[in-house]
Amino acid sequence: MSAPANPLAALFRREMSLAYGRGGGPLLACGFYAGVAVLLPLAEGPDPARLAAVAPGAAFATLALASLLSLERLFERDYEDGALDLLTLGAPGLTVVAAVKCLAQWLATGAPLAVAAPLVAIALGASPALAPLVFASSLLAGLGFSFIGGIGAALSLGTRRGGVLVAVIVLPLFTPLVVFGAGAVDAFSTGLEWGPALALLGAYCLGACALAPFAMAAACRNALS
Amino acid sequence: MTDHASQIRRLRLDAVSLERGQRRLFSALTEALTAGEAISLTGANGAGKTSLLRAIAGLLPLAAGRIAFDGPDGEIEAETARSDGLHLLAHQDGLKTSRTAGEELDFWARWLGGGGDLAPAVETFNLEPLLTLEVRKLSAGQRRRLALARLLAAPRPLWLLDEPMAPLDTAMRRQLGEVMQRHLHSGGLILAAVHDPLPFPTRSLHVGAPG
Repeated sequence: MSAPANPLAALFRREMSLAYGRGGGPLLACGFYAGVAVLLPLAEGPDPARLAAVAPGAAFATLALASLLSLERLFERDYEDGALDLLTLGAPGLTVVAAVKCLAQWLATGAPLAVAAPLVAIALGASPALAPLVFASSLLAGLGFSFIGGIGAALSLGTRRGGVLVAVIVLPLFTPLVVFGAGAVDAFSTGLEWGPALALLGAYCLGACALAPFAMAAACRNALS
Repeated sequence: MTDHASQIRRLRLDAVSLERGQRRLFSALTEALTAGEAISLTGANGAGKTSLLRAIAGLLPLAAGRIAFDGPDGEIEAETARSDGLHLLAHQDGLKTSRTAGEELDFWARWLGGGGDLAPAVETFNLEPLLTLEVRKLSAGQRRRLALARLLAAPRPLWLLDEPMAPLDTAMRRQLGEVMQRHLHSGGLILAAVHDPLPFPTRSLHVGAPG
């Protein structure tokens, strides 16, 4: 008999291939991110000092918006084509399905965005010395964005214009991530202690990872029945 | 490990009532299905055949009554029975159009606890020439064959089938009939919603208004 197939590894591979398949999600999110970053100096005026002051914060707020883009489809495709029904029939259960999906979403979309974030911040005039911290806090915040966002995606299943609903549900919950993430970068650039803000960001993300899958599973069950 | 913890030997419907929206589909449906037995579920469109299958799979809450699964040593917890003891084949087959038939079959076999050997399932439903094609390129009948292959790729005792024959051609219908009979001989259970009778003798269960 062959080695026991690991259903979670199989699910993870499927989610990654769906995220990257058909030239979609991750690149699109990065393109959106870059697009907004280009608009900002046009709206704000070209004064480098002014831009540099808002660069870290703007980079972070835009990051939150960009990570919303592909969230809408996180459960919706599986809901529409019946795959969600069958996912409930696997041994791991829906809670684990939700966690794996969010993890894959983080790696597929959050990680490329975290790579783009320092570039955007530097392009807007932030000091290159900030780049490592911008990357780290974006990556960490991305984990929170995908788990918190997953709740919105699961709650909006079966509604029309689900994407807008996801944004309305999820953006208020994103505030701590933006506050602590941009706060850490801001503290670093002004020479203050940036560790606590990053620690709070991490705590919020871990809390989201621990609790959100249960909420997502319950919302999915509700949508299926 | 191919013998799963939950070997469903009997499915009991105990005074089951189902509602969709505010509408009562049927009330107090009592029935038992034992290993080696098949039941054809009949009834008009909208009578609640699909809803009953989904309720057994745990996707719809019951308005009243109880659904129980019995194993060799007494009742199995419903959640366990559902997570490793039953297959649901519905109109929406859950296949991703952007992935190849081979990838999808492999994923679902793993997800549903299959041992990894897909060859018998591929051979039975003649999928070999289709495995490298994207699911979007398959015809309705070919998609159904791919969905059916999951039944064999991941062995589970209770099959809940919603119109399994509908898009298949004559030869494949005969083939599926044989597959179902083999499953029954090896102690499986089948509950199939059908309009045309299955190609072997079954008990029949009518849901909804009589006639």
